[in-house]
Amino acid sequence: MSGATFDRQGTQSDAQRLQAAMHSFVSEFGVTAALHLESCVHCGLCAPACHFHVTTGEPRYTPIHKLEPFRRAYLREASPLAPLIRKLGLVKAPDIGDLQNWQELIYDACTMCGRCTVACPMGIDIAELIKEARHGMFKAGLVPDRLALMDRTARQWGSTATPGEDLPDILAEAAREHGVSIPCDLPQADILVTAAPAELGEHTKALADAAKILNRIGARWTMHSQGFDASNIGFNNGDLELQEKLTRSLVDTAVKIGAKTVLLPECGHAYGAARWEAAKWYGQALPVRIIHMTEFLDEQLAAGKIRVKKIGESATFHDPCQIVRRGGLEAAARRVLAALGFELIELQDHGLAGYCCGGGGGVVSNPRAAPLRQKVFALKQQQIDATGAQHFVTSCGQCRITFEQGAKKAGWTKPTESLLELVADHLLD
Amino acid sequence: MDLLDFARGPVLVLALLVFVLGVAWRLAGVLRRPRLPDLSPAREGAPPPWQGALRGIVSGLHPRRTFGASAFISGLNGYVFHIGLALIFFGYAPHIDFVRRHIGLGWPALPDAMMYLAAGVTILSMILALVLRLTDPVLKLISTGNDWLSWGLTFLPVITGMAVITESSALTLVRDHPIFRGPLALHLLAFELLLLWFPFGKLMHAFLFPFARGATGVRFSHRGVKS
Repeated sequence: MSGATFDRQGTQSDAQRLQAAMHSFVSEFGVTAALHLESCVHCGLCAPACHFHVTTGEPRYTPIHKLEPFRRAYLREASPLAPLIRKLGLVKAPDIGDLQNWQELIYDACTMCGRCTVACPMGIDIAELIKEARHGMFKAGLVPDRLALMDRTARQWGSTATPGEDLPDILAEAAREHGVSIPCDLPQADILVTAAPAELGEHTKALADAAKILNRIGARWTMHSQGFDASNIGFNNGDLELQEKLTRSLVDTAVKIGAKTVLLPECGHAYGAARWEAAKWYGQALPVRIIHMTEFLDEQLAAGKIRVKKIGESATFHDPCQIVRRGGLEAAARRVLAALGFELIELQDHGLAGYCCGGGGGVVSNPRAAPLRQKVFALKQQQIDATGAQHFVTSCGQCRITFEQGAKKAGWTKPTESLLELVADHLLD
Repeated sequence: MDLLDFARGPVLVLALLVFVLGVAWRLAGVLRRPRLPDLSPAREGAPPPWQGALRGIVSGLHPRRTFGASAFISGLNGYVFHIGLALIFFGYAPHIDFVRRHIGLGWPALPDAMMYLAAGVTILSMILALVLRLTDPVLKLISTGNDWLSWGLTFLPVITGMAVITESSALTLVRDHPIFRGPLALHLLAFELLLLWFPFGKLMHAFLFPFARGATGVRFSHRGVKS
């Protein structure tokens, strides 16, 4: 690969960057990673599963190829045959050029959506391996600049959107604008409600709608300036320290106020980071339950605590990868859609096989990846239009932003609707 | 000692030794890697991990149409030569006799006609796999020496085996000694080469695949993902 685009952060020498990456890579090679790196038969069946490969036809976007430096690090440093491989020089050691050249493949051209994982006949969880490879890239200071900037902001503020001390003002403004009460920094509550960065900016309606539903059911809830941003940028960037810090801020705050539940916003990576990975930072089972907004809506509807008007029109649904394919909430979203009275017309590829929006894994925030994202948008647009559905709905704010950006550029007028906002807008007394 | 005696004697012992110890070494080397327990609460109603693993193993057993026609055909072709190779190795009467003579274990053979058909289909299927690897841009990019060597060393026993067949297996089995000792020796040596290479290359997926699929199956079922 030549002419690849890459950014560098920090003042480490090339040798230090390489050493940092290799050290991190080796620390990732647990039994599952090792099994998966050993089992690839180079069948190439992951390629037609990847939206970036499908929409560009570029062989270099073959998912398993994106792991090449990581694979070589494994074979040389951790595989059972490593001494033999090193001695005979059977596998080339990754060098700084490889890491720089692979930055685009690991960050710009992978959303960690896991469609390739489902396609792999060996069951190799390529998405998880990419996430692990990102840990080393971050240590080496080889992350796209925009993601690195967001990382620095989140390290300082605890959020990419706003410092915690500004949260009460933002919530007060949103409460005034939408006419709901949004409690903040209550000393005691049953539910700690969290947000995605966009909900503190352009999507405050989602925040207000969550408040509307929580107030309707009479929940004791609060948002809190010490732990409010659930979309964990450390999880996407490969910054484990930040991932831990952001995760702890949510769980520690929940414990402090006596909350039993942390309610996550409509954000896919928030779910991946908090629901499945928070416990590893604690070293024990979490003292709180972590649920996604879709689960919450599903539970409230099932329990009869909220009721909604039937919309009685047709809708199609985009399955956010971290919530459905990697999160297991495929049925929950569909039950909520059914409660809203939608006639669901599925996308050609949906559920486990659904295509990513093209913006997951931080790709939506990476301006370098905009042309790639736009190609994926065209694929999604074609599938959505083909359904002829009146509504296009999803349950992830990041997917929504990706679709909105794509639609703006393509001149596509169909709005991307939020499941949460649809429920809130159709609440029955 | 001619070439056949050599192949039946010291080379066979060496090949089996390398195969058994190599496979054990590689499996143990992978399975002894650090294990990080998943402390997140499982999805309500998630099956126990062993069931998740089993589901993961089984769900990977069928080629999927979801990912496009070329992937389906390529995947299907993989199944064809895997099944063909298994039929040839485990179903052909002289192979079963070979195993019986060495370890005393035997089972009923499949008819010769079926074996010839299986061998023919396997050869065609393996050639198609090779052509795809040589021409498909994705496969060209991700292929390594491991892939070429593994293909060659798998193909060699099949093709040398076909060259040895001059009569029905019933006739072969009643003879005291083989008629064509040289070609049979080459066939056996080709098989032994395959055994010698097996633990070092991608052929190890025959042992690794249940673990690899099972691990993802456990992860998915823990999360409530229906794979």
